[in-house]
Amino acid sequence: MNVSTIGEFVGAFLILTGGVASVISVFGLLRLPDVYTRSHAATKSSTLAVLLTLSGAFIYFLFSQDFVSVRLLLGIVFVFLTAPVAGHLIVRAAYRSNVKLADISTEDELYEVLHKDKVEEDGTGQ
Amino acid sequence: MKTNDVILQTTTKFVFFIIFLFSIHIFFAGHYTPGGGFVGGLLTAGAIVLLLLAFDLKTVQKALPFNFTIVTAIGLLLSLGTAAGSIFFNVPFFTHAFDYFTLPLFGKTSLHTAMIFDAGVYLVVVGAAVTMIQTIGGDE
Repeated sequence: MNVSTIGEFVGAFLILTGGVASVISVFGLLRLPDVYTRSHAATKSSTLAVLLTLSGAFIYFLFSQDFVSVRLLLGIVFVFLTAPVAGHLIVRAAYRSNVKLADISTEDELYEVLHKDKVEEDGTGQ
Repeated sequence: MKTNDVILQTTTKFVFFIIFLFSIHIFFAGHYTPGGGFVGGLLTAGAIVLLLLAFDLKTVQKALPFNFTIVTAIGLLLSLGTAAGSIFFNVPFFTHAFDYFTLPLFGKTSLHTAMIFDAGVYLVVVGAAVTMIQTIGGDE
């Protein structure tokens, strides 16, 4: 087994791991109770899945064709930068349009920060 | 309630340059690899739209002080001029020419008049797309 075969196996293994991670993130998306936990599953693990797949493709092309794909590197940086911000913005928009938290959640600390006057009026918080 | 867009705006400041550089790369790589004026122009317009989303219309207009209808006109003139320039050399309309030049930084480079035509397409696409979005997004 020479170096390029091992490199190809590493790339293929990373792509497989990325596929498994994206399947796990879809399960999280289906099974979690509310928007906030769902976006937690969607942004975190699917970003990891995309990053693993892209690095796998990069390593595969690096070893099988001796080709350094700058586009894939740029894509990795880009997805790593933008996917969490997109998740943050979606969740913030959901919170600001008063989407309810799941029933099992016990605390909402942001509510007191955003609605300071309302909390002082009725003294309950929720 | 005052909103706070620090995360979006800081990311936009980084990401804008990545998208813009990639669009320039796509534009120049169009002759030998997939890409060209249209895709490059759309990517640049997308980067400007990202700026418009993160900041407001007036700030973006101050940062990029172009009238985008004039950008469209310049692009059309470039494309038409490249096509019409062939008439003066006694060859059919739209005949392109190329030659090899030795540039100081790049070495031996093939320069083709099709690139000037592509630059015209690029400018038209950027100008038209940004004008549309600015017109729809404007209040007045």
